[in-house]
Amino acid sequence: MTSVVTAAAVLPRQWRRPPFIANSRVRWALYVGAALYLVVGIGSLEVNWARAIQGLERGWVFVLGFLNPNFTSRWDEIVIGFQESLTMTVTSTALGVALSIPVAVGAARNLAPTWVYLLCRSFIALSRTLNEIIVAIFLVAMFGFGPFAGFLTLTFATIGFMAKLMAEDIEEIEASQLEALRATGAGYLQVLDFAVLSQVMPRLVGLSLYRLDINFRESAVIGIVGAGGIGATLNTAMDRYEFDTAAAIILVIIAIVMVAEYTSGWLRKHIQ
Amino acid sequence: MNSKTPSVPVWRKRTSRNELMLFAVWVVTLAFVSWTFQVMTNDTIWAFVSDAPKQMQDIGSRMMPPAWSFVHELWWPLWETINIATLGTLLGLVMAVPVAFMAARNTTPSTTLVRPLALLLIVGSRSINSLIWALLLVAILGPGVLAGILAIALRSIGFIGKLLYEAIEEIDAAQVEAIEATGASSAQTMAWGVVPQVAPTLAGISVFRWDINIRESTVLGLVGAGGLGVKLESALNTLAWPKVTMLLLVILATVAVSEWVTAKVRERLI
Repeated sequence: MTSVVTAAAVLPRQWRRPPFIANSRVRWALYVGAALYLVVGIGSLEVNWARAIQGLERGWVFVLGFLNPNFTSRWDEIVIGFQESLTMTVTSTALGVALSIPVAVGAARNLAPTWVYLLCRSFIALSRTLNEIIVAIFLVAMFGFGPFAGFLTLTFATIGFMAKLMAEDIEEIEASQLEALRATGAGYLQVLDFAVLSQVMPRLVGLSLYRLDINFRESAVIGIVGAGGIGATLNTAMDRYEFDTAAAIILVIIAIVMVAEYTSGWLRKHIQ
Repeated sequence: MNSKTPSVPVWRKRTSRNELMLFAVWVVTLAFVSWTFQVMTNDTIWAFVSDAPKQMQDIGSRMMPPAWSFVHELWWPLWETINIATLGTLLGLVMAVPVAFMAARNTTPSTTLVRPLALLLIVGSRSINSLIWALLLVAILGPGVLAGILAIALRSIGFIGKLLYEAIEEIDAAQVEAIEATGASSAQTMAWGVVPQVAPTLAGISVFRWDINIRESTVLGLVGAGGLGVKLESALNTLAWPKVTMLLLVILATVAVSEWVTAKVRERLI
């Protein structure tokens, strides 16, 4: 390849689109591997087709339920479910964000000594790897059924989420402002307030609103394992095969998520 | 501090008015949060809460040591979990791509009719967690892997669709125009002008979603949709805590591996 060759000898007469993966061996190995996986993977599925076809009828009932949702017959339970979900969302976001700030500072390379850094980073890793549902199962076993366990679950998840993103943001702040503050003889808290907080505040607000959104969605799920909220109501409705009530609950969830998404998007645009 | 002459005003971060406003915002927020906390904990039985450390100790001691030999029963559910995530991602991808093209302002066939419909589909899919999708599908199709795959696919449509249509809207219009200028048909323009620009993004999004789907498919079994979650559900129901520990270890290992794979693939893509 090192010898000099004319362009005409190397380049084909007709242009071809360059392949997505340059190395042809790797490319073909990937194609063959993917095809093999598909054959084996789909072949090993254990699907009870008779049951699935039977279910189509039920699926149709469900579609009808969506077209004609039933809000009235379980109205009280729906209200309590959403009340639990919404209060859980607000309290867990507030506490989670408040607790995430010290963790984020501890997990920022430029502000914390190594042992604090490692401690905070491992806490963040733990909180982010554990699925909310699994955390909820354990907290329900410890704290009993109901929204309090859900509140703790979401708080735990919020700390990991916020602290990781905020720590990354803190690590990228302008170092000269830190130095300027330190040069005035400011204490640690004063440095945090004037050099760090003022630089990361817009992102903190934006992320908090985003997390509020996520927490509501999650609050609709953790009820399935007993941690309160609308998920519990939905689970009960499904267990009773009340598809029209389930459809009503899902429609309300979608509506709230949409409102929350637009509001938080609007707020973030105006704050930043 | 006392040596300051009164004629030099002390520098402050905010004006008095702003400080007052900020204070008011804090008071209102705190009052609101404590009120919601009160409403939330109305029915909480505090005896259970104060009992929590004891419960934690109790469960902790029951969970140790993990049931190591139980791992041999987990290979098949693990394979199912991987299948649910992978096939679900693929199915979601197949459905999400046309939706994304219909939702993007520059490729949609009609902005008045098709685009809002596609956007509604994306929002609907995104608002409902895959566990809720699974709950519905298990009720309809019966328990098993199929419900899991469809649940993952339905949730993935919104995620992939949203990120892809945003990427399509941000492509370089000049390239599309250049292809059009050669006399290419609209399908050819799509294939040579639009697709090459978004293909790397799409690959990145798919791998990202696959990673999330692996995490989610480990717990889908809790509602009967196949995979490791089914074993977790039965271990929890029979209070077989050593088995629960083993399951958690397998789940954590799976998540760690999928995260590593995703990181490697994304590194190569970018």
